[in-house]
Amino acid sequence: MQEKAIVDLIDGMAAELKTRLQQNHITDPVMIGIHTGGVWVAKQLHQTLDISEELGTLNISFYRDDFSRIGLNPQVDPSNIPFEVENRHLILVDDVLQTGRTIRAAMNEIFDFGRPASIMLATLIEKDGRELPIVADVVGMKPTLKEGDYISLTGPSPLTLVFGKPSKDSEAQ
Amino acid sequence: MMKGNRQTNSKGQLKHFLSIDGLKRDLLVEILNNAESFTSLARQGRSVKKVPLLRGKTITNLFFESSTRTRTTFELAAKRLSADVLNLNISTSATSKGESLLDTLHNLEAMHCDMFVVRHASSGAAHFIAKHCAPHISVINAGDGSHSHPTQAMLDMLTIRQHKGDFTPLRVAIVGDILHSRVARSQVLALNTLGVSEVRVIAPRTLLPFDARALGVHVYHDLIEGISDVDVVIMLRLQKERMSGALLPTEAEYFKLYGLTEEKLKHAKEDVIVMHPGPINRGVEMDSAVADGKHSVILEQVSNGIAVRMAIMSMCLGTHQDADMEDTV
Amino acid sequence: MTAQSPSISIINGRLIDPANSIDEVTDIHISQGKVLAIGEKPSGFEAEQMIDARDKVVCPGLVDLSARLREPGLEFKATIGSETRAAAKAGITTMICPPDTDPVIDTPAVMELIRSKAKQSAFARVLCTAAISKKLEGKELSEMAELAEAGCVGVSNAYKPLGNTLIERRALEYASTFGIKVFLKAEDRHLRNQGCVHEGIIASRLGLPGFPEAAETVAVARDIALAESTGATLHFQRISTAKSVRKINRARHDGILLSMDVAAHQLHLTEMDADGFNTACHVDPPLRTLRDREVLRQAVANGDIQAICSDHQPHEPDAKEHPFPDSEPGISALETLLPLTLKLVQEKVMSLPEALHRLTAGPADIAGLPYGRLDAASSADICIFDPEAHWILNEDNLLSQGKNSPFINWEFTGQVTHTLFEGRITYQLDEST
Repeated sequence: MQEKAIVDLIDGMAAELKTRLQQNHITDPVMIGIHTGGVWVAKQLHQTLDISEELGTLNISFYRDDFSRIGLNPQVDPSNIPFEVENRHLILVDDVLQTGRTIRAAMNEIFDFGRPASIMLATLIEKDGRELPIVADVVGMKPTLKEGDYISLTGPSPLTLVFGKPSKDSEAQ
Repeated sequence: MMKGNRQTNSKGQLKHFLSIDGLKRDLLVEILNNAESFTSLARQGRSVKKVPLLRGKTITNLFFESSTRTRTTFELAAKRLSADVLNLNISTSATSKGESLLDTLHNLEAMHCDMFVVRHASSGAAHFIAKHCAPHISVINAGDGSHSHPTQAMLDMLTIRQHKGDFTPLRVAIVGDILHSRVARSQVLALNTLGVSEVRVIAPRTLLPFDARALGVHVYHDLIEGISDVDVVIMLRLQKERMSGALLPTEAEYFKLYGLTEEKLKHAKEDVIVMHPGPINRGVEMDSAVADGKHSVILEQVSNGIAVRMAIMSMCLGTHQDADMEDTV
Repeated sequence: MTAQSPSISIINGRLIDPANSIDEVTDIHISQGKVLAIGEKPSGFEAEQMIDARDKVVCPGLVDLSARLREPGLEFKATIGSETRAAAKAGITTMICPPDTDPVIDTPAVMELIRSKAKQSAFARVLCTAAISKKLEGKELSEMAELAEAGCVGVSNAYKPLGNTLIERRALEYASTFGIKVFLKAEDRHLRNQGCVHEGIIASRLGLPGFPEAAETVAVARDIALAESTGATLHFQRISTAKSVRKINRARHDGILLSMDVAAHQLHLTEMDADGFNTACHVDPPLRTLRDREVLRQAVANGDIQAICSDHQPHEPDAKEHPFPDSEPGISALETLLPLTLKLVQEKVMSLPEALHRLTAGPADIAGLPYGRLDAASSADICIFDPEAHWILNEDNLLSQGKNSPFINWEFTGQVTHTLFEGRITYQLDEST
């Protein structure tokens, strides 16, 4: 899938988010993207929604639950939350939601920065295979995939979605 | 490379951190990169400074030689990683009363610890413990005799990299008691492994080891000559007992000859950084103007100490448990 | 007596008796615990037992100038019983133990205790050097004359340097009054300080306290000067540096009565072997440089060093299970004395008769003992070894109670097949294993 189609998907997500925010009477949300793909998506959403405060980014390496199996990877881009989290309405953005473990790790990390008023989850792709009770509020697309099929976002420019067979070390989270 | 290096497993990952000797450049860089990401934690404005990486792990600080400073940084590093920390100060007199080091070790193993951070007055103690402890335990050397203090060396490397970027063009001078310094030995190995262009040591002959050049350094006896055109000056701490051991006449003469002043520092490069493992004896190793001056990066070393130790702890405990240990003995 | 020491003929062996310059294939006949004849069987002699030594070397039983048997006082490390058995397996028939037992050998009573234990075990002759000072404290003189009368081969400081040069001078004067030989380990304790490895590249790299060459050479120079002024007869034990060898040779050239020995491990290992904090190679004096080793080898070859000793120091396993500086020095070395010396022959350092001289007549002459030779009527102490047999040292075939050897897993050529002590077979290799 090419850039134009993805941009359209993200625009659709932005529109849906706007509606959700209005429904919930949220006027000044802040946004956090999860490294790496989530940040690419979040950048565009952030711009489209015209959020005043700078985009936050999260690197959840230190919060993964599979550390003792796969060890530590150096973080090229550490987490950067340039605003107070305490009592804010957060929009958390990721590229692919599958097991839910990344979102669990991200929420744990967010709470170490402070206690947000609410968190809304937006994801570009939603896949089957949830292992935790986590549901996205806004989804770009939910492709029909055969079990074990592989999908990933490459970027940052141009953004493309790659479909294919599973690679050996597909992300566990 | 030292025989019997048992720090990495068959996949080349760190299992123990005992000495810089035998570690490849890539691994040192990986430690620095990991440490860098931990330094970012401090800048993030988090209300909780911890990360849950080592939740459920137990780390024992096994200090046979008391050092509140070093123990505190290890303790803080472990706690920032959410590990449980046990501090044991074991005076050597207690062990000489009959309980051997091995007995102590096996007792602690029975408490299901995952890591020993060891400080001991005898060179080789950390290697000894790594050799004899249960296979699931990682050992970090927090200073053994005059042999090695590798975490201190790595925090110094991190500090240098933050200021200078690339190691290869650098000229580094280490000033003071090289003979008794485990820090200096580890720094020399780390600097050479990271590929600096020159390491110099500056000291009177009483404070230099036999054939110091064989360690891969240039030897100077004159401070000004030695620090000329260097990018980094590392001052070592001078122990009081060096005077009673007749290695030096007085602190005053030492300061006159080897103490760093603003005036002498002018001979180094303009953007030179000055380091010291602390605590500083002001007026002995350097005067206050240098310690607090614009070239000094001493306080950065302290905060880097926690990040480097977090990196090493999580690398050692995050290795593949199923990988075989490399053992060349 | 005949039941215990039968008449024996050892036939067809290559008999090497360096003291008598014998090296030929011949027979040796033993009766009443003594050498009866070499060559033709004396008329009327009928051997009760024959040992066929074809393709084997027959030589005097080895004499070891320095072997710690750990008894009395340190029986958890080894006993006279365990170590004399190991000696028999190693072809050693006479051992001299240093006085640093517990209690120290500074009274005839302790000597008597050791003698009676050795007699009980009856696998080897155990003699001793007595302490040069009371309790080896280096402060007051021991009763040397009485100790000499009780049978010590000399007096020694073991590991402990004398308190100061005045005490040393007086000890040498007093010993020389009674013609007692002084066995010294040359060490300046101040220069040694805490040193545990050679002050060289390994000490520098591993940050281990260095034991400088000068700690030995300064003491050698001091001891030579005092030997010269007092006229005492000195034997330097376990010399480790090239410079000491040179100093001692020069003094001997000047007419001072001196001799020296070296520990077998010093002829094979160097400081590099202690790398990796290898406590098996923690020895005192420390392993030195390759250059020192070469000079020591040459000196052994040309006879400047007259004796190779085992410097046997058996330990319980715990003794080595410490960080290097805290581990105890020493090697369990009886059973590698002959193999390591034969290795020098295999490495063409010297001939077999010369090598055997350093293990037999060489040390016996230093100690003033009538052993280490196969003169007619001398004690039938004999070692028979197969010079071609290959074997590997391991903890199981090491008979000594101490398993602390850096030579575990070394392959050796030359293996003792029989040992005779006072005419009795005290060891015979089980050829089936």
